Amino acid sequence: MAQFLLKRLLQVILVMFVISAFCFGIQDSLGDPTRELAAMSMSDEERENLRDTLGLNDPLLVQYGRFVARAAQGDLGNSYFFKEPALTVILKKLPATLELAFVASIIIITISIPLGVFCAIRPRHWFAKLTMAVSVIGISIPVFLTALGLIFIFSITLGWMPSFGRGEIVHVWGYWSTNFVSVDGIAHIIMPSIALSSIMLPLFIRLVRAEMLEVLSSEYVKFARAKGLGSLTVYFKHALKNTMLPVITVGGVQIGIMVAYTILTESVFQWPGMGFMFLEAVNRSDIPLITAYIMFVGFLFVIVNTLVDLLYGLVNPMVDLVSGK
Amino acid sequence: MKNRFLLTACLVMASLLSFTTANAKDLRLAYDADPVTLDIHEQLSGGMLQLAHMSFDPLIRWTKDLAFENRLATSYKRLNPTTVRFNLRKGVKFHSGNPMTAADFKWTFDRLKVSPDFKGIFTNFTELNVIDDHTIDLVTSGPYPLVLHTSTYIFPMDSKFYTGTDANGNDKGAIVKNGASFASTNMSGTGPFKITSREQGIKIVFERFDGYWDKKSPGNVDRIIFTPIKDEQTRVAALLSGDVDFIAPVSPNDFGQIKAASNAELITLPGTRIITLQMNQKRKKELQDQRVRMAIVHAVNNDAIVKKIMKGFATTAGQMSPAGYLGYNPKLKPRFDLKLAKQLMKDAGYEDGFSVTMMAPNNRYVNDDKIAQAVAAMLSKINIKVDLQTMPKAQYWPAFDDRAADIMMIGWHSDTEDSANFYEFLAMTPDQSTGMGVYNSGNYSSDYVDTTTMAANRETDSAKRAEMLQAIEAKIYQDAGFIPLHWQNLAWAARKGVDVDPIVNALNFPYLGDLVVQ
Repeated sequence: MAQFLLKRLLQVILVMFVISAFCFGIQDSLGDPTRELAAMSMSDEERENLRDTLGLNDPLLVQYGRFVARAAQGDLGNSYFFKEPALTVILKKLPATLELAFVASIIIITISIPLGVFCAIRPRHWFAKLTMAVSVIGISIPVFLTALGLIFIFSITLGWMPSFGRGEIVHVWGYWSTNFVSVDGIAHIIMPSIALSSIMLPLFIRLVRAEMLEVLSSEYVKFARAKGLGSLTVYFKHALKNTMLPVITVGGVQIGIMVAYTILTESVFQWPGMGFMFLEAVNRSDIPLITAYIMFVGFLFVIVNTLVDLLYGLVNPMVDLVSGK
Repeated sequence: MKNRFLLTACLVMASLLSFTTANAKDLRLAYDADPVTLDIHEQLSGGMLQLAHMSFDPLIRWTKDLAFENRLATSYKRLNPTTVRFNLRKGVKFHSGNPMTAADFKWTFDRLKVSPDFKGIFTNFTELNVIDDHTIDLVTSGPYPLVLHTSTYIFPMDSKFYTGTDANGNDKGAIVKNGASFASTNMSGTGPFKITSREQGIKIVFERFDGYWDKKSPGNVDRIIFTPIKDEQTRVAALLSGDVDFIAPVSPNDFGQIKAASNAELITLPGTRIITLQMNQKRKKELQDQRVRMAIVHAVNNDAIVKKIMKGFATTAGQMSPAGYLGYNPKLKPRFDLKLAKQLMKDAGYEDGFSVTMMAPNNRYVNDDKIAQAVAAMLSKINIKVDLQTMPKAQYWPAFDDRAADIMMIGWHSDTEDSANFYEFLAMTPDQSTGMGVYNSGNYSSDYVDTTTMAANRETDSAKRAEMLQAIEAKIYQDAGFIPLHWQNLAWAARKGVDVDPIVNALNFPYLGDLVVQ
């Protein structure tokens, strides 16, 4: 176990190195940050001075060396726009994104499992066919279209739902302020999380259905039926349990991906989370923030993968974590 | 019985609550971005000037018809060719409670002279002399016609408030671009609104300043909740669903939706930002031929671009200066004549055409990439094959600095609201030592334009000056120095009952202190 974690730690460090080197390599094509920091009419001389104070005129290797030295002490540089350490900016935006992803995951889990199971048990039922057809369409509609559609129907036409932002949030602890305490906060999180879940929902319905179908055709289910067990017991006690194993594995990774993929949903709903922050950072050539965000997401992926592997090891003791066999 | 009592109590409470909210006038404002900083000298941009007009006051300001209106100055007169005397308003207080005096103007002026963004505007000013507590003299290095124009940029800052050192031992008055400073997070001005809370990128709350000097202002807004909403469709949706009261900017694509809505109003004004294309004579020898440039100008149907792509939300241009500017020359009409264009190409010996590269941003100006595509298609009619590349502004400006294509797009708004600013940046011969022609990527060069612009900057007789500026405009027109497209219009939208029309102006900073909300 300790050996496994150590191995992962080394992997994290390696991943961070590769990502940061990559970010520095493409720095020049990210644009000139002084353009966003200063007036169009600013003289060339002043612009050069500004580039000097930002350290942008040093050779790339010198800049990278300086970055690595500071990063080793946990300092990823200051965001040009927020004028704060980039990591602080990200941590401040993280709760909004996590809450959004959390609600979206709840929606996905509560809808996809019953629907997926139903479609597997009654594949010829009209409702199962409808669900499958709708899920094909669902997969192909872009998130921003879903989001704008929701805003158009529920905010503009019906006037039921707020159209943007997080609304009234209540401070909990540290950088964490939550949407879940006030009615206004809950009203604000509903549409963005539906929009966000709309990408993964069809995928999960299909995944649950496919896994369930496979399990249902396996020998032990046939045997359970032959034993004369009731169909409910067969479906839910024997089949569903085994269906969930691969679903957990895929689901864990997918939800990790979702946190990184909130960009579109967040920008349509002006949701003050990490994804929106990243998009804005790219628009503003806020290089330290871009670099820190990409590194943070890379870190998140490694962590999620590690957790999934650990979970897998717990569920299936035959998996050997260290050698990966 | 008990239930009924509770119900009545609730109803009374609810009506009381709605009564209080109806009484205090809130304005929920949504712009595409919020100010980067609270230090009004840190960055010269539209957003920062908007903030300056909310929380500070200038000496004088522009009215809707581009005349001057006194604010913190009560009167001014020219003492001699290089000095203008301003009498200052008495009884004005800063948000901190400090009284405003001439010393604050001196402090502010000195700070502007060292601000990397603003010093350019103040190059011709040598000093600000304090005569007494409520009188100042602005002195220029030579006769300078734009003293009043420039005075619209002098928003006095509270010198006592910004003097000293902060908790970290740093100077409170320092202008810091690459990090936080006292001035970028604290504010004390004389303006109608002070900031009570600020979460960058999320929300700023402004409250009306009790001690505001302008008691005659009709403005009745007590609180402004400023939210940035980046996505233009979301911004419109927020207005139409009643989540915000006032939005800007508004894209022409959303005009129909707002006009059709029963609860919202659209307000537009002709703007002063010129959108142009520059033809690089250094990179491309064909473009050195005046006939070829003339042919290109005649081949571009900018009227069609305004009608089709801009949906009428722009004014077709034949020159740089918009109507209302001194340099605006009414004789210089937009030119489109395909037949003449073909003839000119033939005369120049390029009947079979040639190929050029072209670059334009795709997120800087309204419909910038579509305009560039249209121009490329129009040039193919005179056999000029255009290799067009559009890119986000973050990548575009470094490319522009490198003069990376034969034809490049640039839009320009004159910081001084005066024609000479256009020529200095876009038309004068590029010169590193003087800093002129910084954005003249075409390397258009004319002695006449260079010398006359400099002469106009020393001419204080505005009739003579207008003649000079209009002559420059005519010269560039004759030389076909650039491809004029249009002046971008401005648009705002508000819910019905927010009386936006009287407070907006072509400079695009609505005077929110004077806003009346029903």
